[in-house]
Amino acid sequence: MEAIILQILNGLDKGSAYALIALGLTLIFGTLGVVNFAHGALFMIGAFCAVTLSRILTISHTVVDETQKDFLGNPLKVDVPYVYDWFGEAAGNTIIDWAVPLSILFAIPVMIAIGVIMERGLIKHFYKRPHADQILVTFGLAIVLQEIIKYYYGANPIPTPAPAAFKGSFDFGAMMGFDPNTIIYPYWRIIYFAFAAVIIGAVFAFLQFTTFGMVVRAGMADRETVQLLGINIDRRFTLMFGIAAAVAGLAGVMYTPINSPNYHMGMDFLVLSFVVVVVGGMGSLPGAVAAGFLLGILESFASMREVLAVLPGLNQIIIYLVAIIILLTRPRGLMGRKGVMED
Amino acid sequence: MGILEVKNVGKRFGGLQALGDVNLSVAENTVHAIIGPNGAGKSTLLNCLVGKLIPDTGSVMFDGQSVLGRKPFEINQMGISRVFQTPEIFGDLSVMENMMIPCFAKRDGAFTANAYAAMMRDKEIIERAEHVLEDMNMADKRHMNAASMSRGDKRRLEIGMCLSQEPRLLLLDEPTAGMARADTNNTIDLLKQIKEERDITISIIEHDMHVVFSLAERITVLAQGTPLVEDTPDNIKGHPKVREAYLGEAAAA
Amino acid sequence: MFGLDKKDFRLLLLVAVLVALAPFILNPFPEGSGMAQFNAGYPDLMQRFVIFGIFAIGFNILFGLTGYLSFGHAAFLGVGSYAAIWMMKLLTMNVIPAIIVSVIVAGIFSLAVGWISLRRSGIYFSILTLAFAQMSYSLAYSVLTPITGGETGLQPKVNDPRILDGTLANGATPKANLFGLEMGSSFNLDVGAWVFTFNVGYYLAGIVMLLAFYLSIRIFRSPFGMMLRAVKSNQQRLNYTGLNAKPYTLAAFVISGMYAGLAGGLMVAMDTQVGAERMFWTASGEVVLMSILGGVGTLIGPVLGAGAIKYMENILSKINSDILHTWFAFLPDGLEDFVVTLIYPFIGKGWHLTLGLIFMLVVIFLPGGLVEGGQRVARLFGRKKKSTDTPDGKTTPAE
Repeated sequence: MEAIILQILNGLDKGSAYALIALGLTLIFGTLGVVNFAHGALFMIGAFCAVTLSRILTISHTVVDETQKDFLGNPLKVDVPYVYDWFGEAAGNTIIDWAVPLSILFAIPVMIAIGVIMERGLIKHFYKRPHADQILVTFGLAIVLQEIIKYYYGANPIPTPAPAAFKGSFDFGAMMGFDPNTIIYPYWRIIYFAFAAVIIGAVFAFLQFTTFGMVVRAGMADRETVQLLGINIDRRFTLMFGIAAAVAGLAGVMYTPINSPNYHMGMDFLVLSFVVVVVGGMGSLPGAVAAGFLLGILESFASMREVLAVLPGLNQIIIYLVAIIILLTRPRGLMGRKGVMED
Repeated sequence: MGILEVKNVGKRFGGLQALGDVNLSVAENTVHAIIGPNGAGKSTLLNCLVGKLIPDTGSVMFDGQSVLGRKPFEINQMGISRVFQTPEIFGDLSVMENMMIPCFAKRDGAFTANAYAAMMRDKEIIERAEHVLEDMNMADKRHMNAASMSRGDKRRLEIGMCLSQEPRLLLLDEPTAGMARADTNNTIDLLKQIKEERDITISIIEHDMHVVFSLAERITVLAQGTPLVEDTPDNIKGHPKVREAYLGEAAAA
Repeated sequence: MFGLDKKDFRLLLLVAVLVALAPFILNPFPEGSGMAQFNAGYPDLMQRFVIFGIFAIGFNILFGLTGYLSFGHAAFLGVGSYAAIWMMKLLTMNVIPAIIVSVIVAGIFSLAVGWISLRRSGIYFSILTLAFAQMSYSLAYSVLTPITGGETGLQPKVNDPRILDGTLANGATPKANLFGLEMGSSFNLDVGAWVFTFNVGYYLAGIVMLLAFYLSIRIFRSPFGMMLRAVKSNQQRLNYTGLNAKPYTLAAFVISGMYAGLAGGLMVAMDTQVGAERMFWTASGEVVLMSILGGVGTLIGPVLGAGAIKYMENILSKINSDILHTWFAFLPDGLEDFVVTLIYPFIGKGWHLTLGLIFMLVVIFLPGGLVEGGQRVARLFGRKKKSTDTPDGKTTPAE
């Protein structure tokens, strides 16, 4: 029992990332009908928003500290972040420590802007072209974005820690009444899952309960009729692209403490996220979320030592295996609608 | 015994009984029209004949053989060619290539691994394709890209492609839908000419009464998934049940 | 000639001449000159030009003709490579059995993958092939280590059985050869300041590529090829015309898989080692880039695309900021630094950025790739020529 719960928990963080990226992919596909291969790059850019903000926060100026001496007896030069000057040292330290959560505020406008620019500048011209062209041009864009990041941030992963308050793990098992030390779970992962749940809930609530969301849903179902009603659906769809980009970006921001960001993390996640979308059913938002968590958890179960002893290497291929089986038995995925992408 | 025998065919989509209990017999070398108001089940019936749908009940026999459970390409190889409501042609290919494909299908069957043969040296196929193009008055368009032609020409090409296979039964699904009057008349003339020149059975699904009465030798009226009457055009014209079916539709709309 | 019409035969001849004279054409700059770094006429790179040319030609038979976009073709290349290296370990260092077996094994593997993947079309097909390729990669990297060598990969060892070769002389290392002619051996021709290298491996690969190219022309011009284009154009009409689309697409898939296997086998013949990274999905993406960049659905396009990308990868990536500074030394200092900073992100390690940008531009503005670009330029010149009353204004794109 403990082992099962532990594996489910272990699957949640990756599953959350899959679900968030797949959700954004599906939003874009559902609203604009575009297959966006650059979506993984948006996830990656989000992660680098966190890196950028923590760098901005630690921008320093050099002062001569008379109280400290180096080994020659000269006063030591120390770098003092500007944040110290503004907020004092203690508060400044807290701010720097909290760089990752703070990046959420920073990433939202940045990602929406990137999304809107992408849609207006490039994707817009590809609505009428075949899906293969959309895949190809966004694939090219993904390469470009990834290379730009690589140029400015280098090829090595950049460790971006969580705030000190969330470091370490806690004994989830003891909390739930199991034996102590059977289910140890890092704080940040549970936060990541909660964060993902909030974002997913917010997106669904936005689509369900706001007028804007209602129009977008109507547009997803029948774009032409909505346009005939005199509603400017294009502008809303553009904004939806921005929101999808922001969802991917936030998923990236919060993922940085779990996995140090590097320039190719987007591509790594993209491939899996596409598999997730297809398993969930192209164009189905609940499908994308459900499949994201499902596959994350399955992957985690497949990495159990007991499973690997029987089926070595299963953890490496489980997601693809499930995707192949689902595509062959349920071509529309778990919750796919009829007639989506069927030639 | 007709060339096409439809017996007790029924088809249900969820709660909708699209076809009730259809019996139909198409006699060889006749033009048989199937008419009926919207939603009468005409397209469903046609799709059951060509293998796109499999009926829940009943049997469909073509020339003494069952077509049920066969794929569209197998049914075509049996001798049934289908013309679609909107012309389905190979838009990226030239007119000549469009015409050569059915010729290859007729001669070489559903699949031939002829990856090493030179297509443009196949005199038999080229002659045959050119012959049909001339029949269709399209020889001058042979190098055109098929997608760039007018709708009437596309229809003509599609019919030509079907005829090049020398089918025993030609199925036409509203061949003049969405056409201008002139194109419609051209199509009627073309079909009349085909009927006179060839030993061919034509089954036509049509909405346009003008087309139906200028071509058909026998007419089946379909309403709500069941055949109402089957008779000659003259008898159908004044038939009360037919009027009711169509007027009922008009009243509802 | 050879069952080709005049135009195709001219194209084949042109490619043959280019392949034969590549050591000259690709080495236009004298050794030791500032431009020598742009020379691509060294064996390793020339081999890669033709091998990736084969890979792209094969991919184009599937994607260019049927429109089925596979994102997993590198798996077939990898499988071919593994098969070839095992032939070298078990049978002989002669490359002939290695190449033949690599094609056969890749063919069987692609038959299995294609048979399943082709049940779906569109993006679903792309994802299925991607999933299969990633699975193969992961398995080759982990569980299948006894067969694939896992992370370290495989290379022929001195104490491999090699039934046909017998034991090696003391101290000799196993070298890939064609009946004793070593793939690595080269002949250098010095002409003045120029050095031209003629490499055995390159010419073997070149001849194989010409055969592969010839075969692809035959396929393009066959009824089979027309059916594949018909699949892309209107599958519904094809079905209702009495043709079974599935065996056609499956055959195209297997043929292109065999081309990939052939490329994989040749890679091993030239450089006797394999690693799993050869099967990673970015390698599959690369062949997509090659076909699109060159001109998908055209005969010569994929070869051009493969050449262009491999040239960029090997030449553009070697330029560093020092070289840029020497080039722009004639500019005033401030301007020089500015220009160098401006260009620097696009070269050296950043060549992928250039590739990505070019690729996007091609997809957006030039869907026919380099071939379409060439035709447009040719038409431009053709029109000019016509205005000056030259009779034959029509030119085929040369490269």
